Amino acid sequence: MNSATVRTLLVRGMLTGIATGLLVFGFAYLVGESPLRSALVFEAAHATEHGPELVSRTLQETAGLATGVLFFTTAFAGIAALAFCFALGRIGRFGPRVTAGLVALGGFVTVFLVPFLKYPANPPAVSAPDTLNQRTALYWLMIALSVLIGIAAVVLGQRLAPRLGNWNATIAASVAFVVAVGLALAFLPAVNEMPEGFPANVVWDFRVAAAGMQLLLWASFGVIFGHLAERVLEPRTTTAPTQQAAPPQAAPAPH
Amino acid sequence: MAQSAAPPAVAPDAPLTLPVRAILPWAAFFGILMLILLYFVGAEGGTAAVFSGEGVHEWVHDGRHLLGFPCH
Repeated sequence: MNSATVRTLLVRGMLTGIATGLLVFGFAYLVGESPLRSALVFEAAHATEHGPELVSRTLQETAGLATGVLFFTTAFAGIAALAFCFALGRIGRFGPRVTAGLVALGGFVTVFLVPFLKYPANPPAVSAPDTLNQRTALYWLMIALSVLIGIAAVVLGQRLAPRLGNWNATIAASVAFVVAVGLALAFLPAVNEMPEGFPANVVWDFRVAAAGMQLLLWASFGVIFGHLAERVLEPRTTTAPTQQAAPPQAAPAPH
Repeated sequence: MAQSAAPPAVAPDAPLTLPVRAILPWAAFFGILMLILLYFVGAEGGTAAVFSGEGVHEWVHDGRHLLGFPCH
């Protein structure tokens, strides 16, 4: 029964990922492609060598972009749905919708925002190809560190809550998260390969678009999945009063 | 009924939780599946390649840049 509930939530999470993926793709196509095209113009003017074009620009901007975005959103929505299953009832006395919102906030901050502060998204032609291995390793390491520090902060908050109370424990855990993340940001190696003369407004527009995509992804995941999860879990909480008793004033009056 | 078969005592107002044992198999299997999916969007063809050539990288090129992954 509980395993089936987890499966239902996972499926709904991934369906939410597909729905948010379509939204994010629309946003990326309308907002993100413009600075990306400007960067390609710069690249074409400065490139020393050109490989054969394997995939046309039209396909890269449409089907290719949609594939990448949909895989990404579906994968992270699935992982977030599983994180929701762990978090429900364990991070505080929150219902499904609030829990989904908090999981989405945690995902946005740890999976995107923190790594973005150290290794921000870059348009084509900004990075040196021969440092790709190092940059890829650092970026995934930053995501892993940020997620682990986030989980550690939640556990710390839980441990402190009985002694400090929920509010102060949340503040203490948040401060610990910021300090630990700050140390990671300070000590990981910096990457700065911006070529001479690359238009700054293109970089800014590109990063705003990248951040907007992630904000849209996590916000819409929190809202849509919270709604779907509540519809899965709500019948259980009302038909099984031993699991979660309704407050007395909310109980239906006897006929 | 034996005491051990009874559900664990839950405080009447305890919030609903899903048992970890019910989540773990899904988390292990789908967690790994999702990470493989992310690998193809985020890294395939640049640092390491399961398929030869740059086909996957070129196909998801725009998404990889805009989703914040390191690229060329």
